[in-house]
Amino acid sequence: MNIPADLKYTPSHEWVRVEADGTLTIGITHHAQDLLGDMVFIENPAAGRALAKGEECAVVESVKAASDVYAPVAGEVVAANNDVEASPESVNKDAYSAWMFKLKPANPGDVAGLLDAAAYQKLVESEAH
Amino acid sequence: MSDLKHTPLNATHRELGAKMVDFGGWDMPVNYGSQIEEHHTVRSGCGLFDVSHMLPLDIKGANVRAFLRRLVANNVDKLQVSGKALYSCMLNEGGGVIDDLIIYFMDENWFRLVVNAGTAEKDLAWMEKMNADWGMGLTLTPRRDLAMIAIQGPNATQALNEALPGVDSITVSLKPFNAAAMGEMFIARTGYTGEDGYEVMVLAKSAPFFWKALMEAGGKPIGLGARDTLRLEAGMNLYGQDMDETTSPLESGLAWTVDMKTERDFVGRAALEKSEVTKQLAGLILLDKGVLRSHQTVHTKNGDGEITSGTFSPTMQQSIALARIPLGIAPGAEVEVEIRDKKLRAKVVKYPFVRNGKVLI
Repeated sequence: MNIPADLKYTPSHEWVRVEADGTLTIGITHHAQDLLGDMVFIENPAAGRALAKGEECAVVESVKAASDVYAPVAGEVVAANNDVEASPESVNKDAYSAWMFKLKPANPGDVAGLLDAAAYQKLVESEAH
Repeated sequence: MSDLKHTPLNATHRELGAKMVDFGGWDMPVNYGSQIEEHHTVRSGCGLFDVSHMLPLDIKGANVRAFLRRLVANNVDKLQVSGKALYSCMLNEGGGVIDDLIIYFMDENWFRLVVNAGTAEKDLAWMEKMNADWGMGLTLTPRRDLAMIAIQGPNATQALNEALPGVDSITVSLKPFNAAAMGEMFIARTGYTGEDGYEVMVLAKSAPFFWKALMEAGGKPIGLGARDTLRLEAGMNLYGQDMDETTSPLESGLAWTVDMKTERDFVGRAALEKSEVTKQLAGLILLDKGVLRSHQTVHTKNGDGEITSGTFSPTMQQSIALARIPLGIAPGAEVEVEIRDKKLRAKVVKYPFVRNGKVLI
């Protein structure tokens, strides 16, 4: 299973990278893209939008189905990746380089509430049964 | 293990690394990797589909033609040459669609039907009831001892000929929508992709070997995911989505399959004749960015409609759909589709969208 140890995760299958300046880079996990199949449409939140924790803020659609992406923590969107909107299939090629948006957390301490790689792996395994 | 039903090719799919899903109670391959690549393979090469979940059903007896004349909405009297196939709906008394099926005429004592997997038991019960009610005395035999493999795409004939030496004596002259039987092997030039191809029935125990021979001959395994995008591009209805027991074939783009030219009395005819047709099945192409999906609301100048099937078309690289919308909205009209909190623009088009590898829109 492809779950990099240096990232954080959510139960709704987003990955989160804590950058040096404290901003969070967010995408969907390898497991999520594997479940959804070939991506054909991605819609990111606009920069400047304030998000509550767990708020539906982006959409990924594969040929098969549409799926919401949720804000891992509360914060403000500081950047959205236009490249993944233009090439949704990049999420299938490498889910961890195809980031979707960046968030400036309202409270940097909230990151501690996210899952680590081991906990996320356990969650994925439990969902498989 | 789960209690999902398995086709004779289940182990083959697993060996090939397919992603398996619960498809109406059947453990079926949704893809073997990329659904979009599989889609393109069928449009440009040769794809193999396990469609053994569908049920072949043999109906035998002296009255079989008379039985089918009453049972289904299309007219089996169009079938006069052995092997000829007919697509039809089987209606209930209210004119709703119990199932859509293919009927092959073999001889006056033997017709073969192929019905959908999810409706097979219901269909069989209905047919047995009609057989008894009408005193037809027919024998209905579900053929779960057969597997069915669809071989589809411009290279389908070549792959089949190579996999089954000698079969070229049949494929060379087999016309679309015709079938030939050789012992328990049944070869039909039919499909659900909009491409040339075959649906071949073989004894279940022969299926894995036959599948491998077809792969050796260049056929690539295709999952049910691509089967759905292919059929939607080809403008073919899917039972349970584009029509069901509550919808009329006349509002489901299937008027061409309902034969009311003769006086023939068939189940559902009286209801259809009394019904007022106010809707039509139309094609949609999304003009804005997004993906059309079933159950989204369509706003037109004549009132609201609903998408019955929607997807992203790999061939056209845009989203397409079938939608049940009010009459009077002609091809070329612009409509709005509600997707999440937005209203996106779509254009009404005449379908099919794609046939024989070519975009028709």
